[in-house]
Amino acid sequence: MILDADAAPRLGARERLRRHLGASWRSFLVLGAISAFLLALLLIPVGTVFVTAFRDGDGSFTLGHFGTFFSTGLMRESFGNSLYVATASVFFASLIAVPLAYITVRFQFRGALLIQTLGILPLIMPPFVGAVAMQLIFGRSGAVNLLLDEHLGWSLPIMQGLTGVIFVQTLHYFPFILMNLIVALRAIDGAMEEAALNLGARGWRLFARVVFPLAMPGYLAGAALVFVKVFDDLGTPLVLGQTNMLAPQAYLRITQVGLEDPLGYVISVIMIAFSILALWLSVRVMKGKDYSTLQKGGAGIAKRRLKPWESALAYGVILLVLLVVLSPHLGLLLLSFARMWSFSVLPEAWTLANYATVFQDSSGMIRNTLLYCGLAALIDVVIGTTIAYLILRTRIPGRQWLDFVASAAIAVPGIVLAIGYLRTFQTLELWGVPVTQTWILIMLAYSVRRLPYALRSCMAALQQINVSLEEAAEMLGASKWRSVRRIVIPLMAGGILAGFVSSFITAAVELSATILLVVKESQAPMSYGIYLYMQSVSGRGPGAALGVLLVLTVAVGTYLSHLLVERANKTLEHAR
Amino acid sequence: MLRRGFPMHRLALAAALAFASTAAVAGTVTVITSFPKELTATYKAAFERANPDIKVEILNKNTVAGIAFVRETAAGQRPDVFWASAPDAFEVLKRDNLLQPAPDVDNKAIPAKIGNYPINDPKGFYKGQALAGYGIMYNTRYLKANKLVAPKEWDDLLKREWYGHVAMTSPSRSGTMHLTVETILQGEGWDAGWSKILQMAGNSAQVTERSFGVPDGINNGQFGAGPVIDFFGLAGKYSGFPVDFVYPAMTSIVPANIALIAGGKNTPEAKKFVQFTLSQQGQELLLDPKISRLPVLAYASFGNKIPAGYPDPQTIVKRAKVNFNADLSEDRYALVHSLFDQTITFRLKELQAATRAIHEAEAKLAGRPNPQAAELLKQARSAAFTPIVSSSLAGQAEFLKLFASNKKEVAVSKQITGLEESWNRKARENYAKAVELAQQAAALAK
Repeated sequence: MILDADAAPRLGARERLRRHLGASWRSFLVLGAISAFLLALLLIPVGTVFVTAFRDGDGSFTLGHFGTFFSTGLMRESFGNSLYVATASVFFASLIAVPLAYITVRFQFRGALLIQTLGILPLIMPPFVGAVAMQLIFGRSGAVNLLLDEHLGWSLPIMQGLTGVIFVQTLHYFPFILMNLIVALRAIDGAMEEAALNLGARGWRLFARVVFPLAMPGYLAGAALVFVKVFDDLGTPLVLGQTNMLAPQAYLRITQVGLEDPLGYVISVIMIAFSILALWLSVRVMKGKDYSTLQKGGAGIAKRRLKPWESALAYGVILLVLLVVLSPHLGLLLLSFARMWSFSVLPEAWTLANYATVFQDSSGMIRNTLLYCGLAALIDVVIGTTIAYLILRTRIPGRQWLDFVASAAIAVPGIVLAIGYLRTFQTLELWGVPVTQTWILIMLAYSVRRLPYALRSCMAALQQINVSLEEAAEMLGASKWRSVRRIVIPLMAGGILAGFVSSFITAAVELSATILLVVKESQAPMSYGIYLYMQSVSGRGPGAALGVLLVLTVAVGTYLSHLLVERANKTLEHAR
Repeated sequence: MLRRGFPMHRLALAAALAFASTAAVAGTVTVITSFPKELTATYKAAFERANPDIKVEILNKNTVAGIAFVRETAAGQRPDVFWASAPDAFEVLKRDNLLQPAPDVDNKAIPAKIGNYPINDPKGFYKGQALAGYGIMYNTRYLKANKLVAPKEWDDLLKREWYGHVAMTSPSRSGTMHLTVETILQGEGWDAGWSKILQMAGNSAQVTERSFGVPDGINNGQFGAGPVIDFFGLAGKYSGFPVDFVYPAMTSIVPANIALIAGGKNTPEAKKFVQFTLSQQGQELLLDPKISRLPVLAYASFGNKIPAGYPDPQTIVKRAKVNFNADLSEDRYALVHSLFDQTITFRLKELQAATRAIHEAEAKLAGRPNPQAAELLKQARSAAFTPIVSSSLAGQAEFLKLFASNKKEVAVSKQITGLEESWNRKARENYAKAVELAQQAAALAK
């Protein structure tokens, strides 16, 4: 039962080569199509903006601006801060996500699915209102600190300084690890654990030496995402007033009115290079290690029954964690029903008027969000699965670069991508309508910006599948395409869904590119609607109400896609 | 919500609709603005009622995105009107030839100047549409909880008890904050002005990235007070938040602007819209409590429509101590931004520490005179609250020219960045020195 690649039936070297060459023209075609997509929608548009980083005043090529970057103390300080925050966030996010994933997958547990679903919610932090809600709960004059101050006479400056950034980022992004780890844990072959148990491994040793290593691809995918995302994230440091980090430094320079400062683009280029380096390192860790197992889907790792006191402890821990990570959403909910909330533990006057205001003009926005984000996430998983397949199952030269280029999108500021789109597609027309006047660009911008999320999940999922399964199918006469369709994709389903969900959710709260690309209010998604409300003092209530609707819409969308995949799996099982 | 169907389907439909609309409605005016929905919706409704054949499409974008959008759109496809607060945004658009003058659009009853500041662009590229003054907004509940007295002047925010309760934004992030800083610098002089700004920043809990971050934080009780543009304070008060707003003596009143974009789709109709915003009817809309802005039109023409207690810009300007010099502000624009960010925004933590040490030493020394300690404290204040760039250097035309030159040139960029680097380092050293001196002074008090 316990077979790894070494023990698997191996094809002779010549046979492998023949198959490889036979399939290669198709692989090259696919490689070409994906390269074209990335070239047209990422490299060229971003290149038209980033070229400033490499240009001297007269337009000639220079690396002088990079010299300026490295000789500036503030830049070195910012780099150090970003690195520190990203590393610390991965650490704390792991502390939350690993127990949550392990307990809910490993033990017989009521409400495991509900907990896992709630665990994804923190990713849906609507722009602006999410930050306001956070401040109202954890801020200097937030509910927690007002209560502490009143009863104990001291307060907790948890939203201040770099610590504040780490705190918020941890709460916000730990679901990346949670989602990928759950998928990975579920995919582990139960026989592995049985073998370990037979050999005497128990408790911590079993977890640390057998179960967790087998889930490593999923954990690493999530951790790498958290690291890169936090390293490149702009919103949180800005909201908390932390300017001395790389992303805010780039943004402040790029968006200064009237002064074009090449240093801003230099910082962005350096951030992209560093993000790719970090991903490359996480790939290196996996290199030469094979975590795939042969048997999937059937017997997963055993679900243990908990003793009553263990069960109470587990529930206690989970409830506490959920209470902390979901408190911004609780704050958002309160805010949406509040007439006014200022310097008090809870709002003092309640109203339904905010929802009435929002329902009047947001049905179009809900539809737009579902349409754009659904399409974008669909594109992402198709491309993500394809890239994962090209990298892990073929030997086409340059395939690794697809991963790096696609992942670089995570470090491109939204406003840079949007400016690049407007510049590149200025004269392009579709059916006589300029493409810049349609919503297509918004949708494509979402798919490019969120592709890295789907890609990591798809890669992790495929890493856990042993190639022998496909080889077996092919030896039994299945074509390449048939083996992909009937073996690979069904086995990857969990990972593909995790990718779809992370793309979909994070696209729904995208704002920086959206603001620039929206050309008609009728085309606006919900994130733009929230921005519109939050521009005015009296718009905070309706903004929060729209934020709640956004969270609900995305949650329902996520749930439906879960159902869809489950149903597809069932049909497949019947067919077997 | 009820419409179903596939994207391609929808796309074709959208395309067909868009096609039809370009043919049928020649009269759609597209307005790019950073103004809140209450204001734009009011104007859209009133204008469409007065001109049933013209439609108004509002595109709300922040100032930076707005400029980028206009710049990256092909002529003929561009929106028609740009409407925003920050005067620098209009200067940028003008410089890039993205605005067109409209000499025929005007309201003769609008005065040429408010105080010393021209209401319309002297070259005619953009027009003043409303007035805005700067002052202090504060949260009454926050003040009560922290036992603070409501501020009246900028100086009140520099006091010891205000430490950690103020919030401000950076002039490089907000055209309105730039004017506030310039007002203080021009009213007090370079050195005294910077000293005030540094002290106020030292008392600040945060330098927010968005200019709206300050009123927003004061509304929800995160901060006690801060410098904001008047309608933010007034609108917060109107919306029922426990906040209030006051104009200090050192204030200035400047226009928010509106302009025609060059290469817009429907220029003739757009002119009608701009004309409408400047007309008597359009100006009266500003008095709506939800909007709470000051009209550019003199109050005499409104009869008794001005609500009681509504601020009158002409009176405020008359009692204001500053004669705002727009040219001076323009000349040192980049220098002020850079100096502010390098010594305040990016070094806030150290500045806060210095301010706190000085406050603590002062508290200890209060009531027991000690000449040696007083001298140390004086040195500490001077180290922390003196601008790194002296007034004589800031007055040199050549020095200012360097800051206005093109940063895309590696040599220029290197030079400016090198200067900024040295300011940043110097500021850090000064603040550390101030902490040390203040602690020495405090130790003497024992």
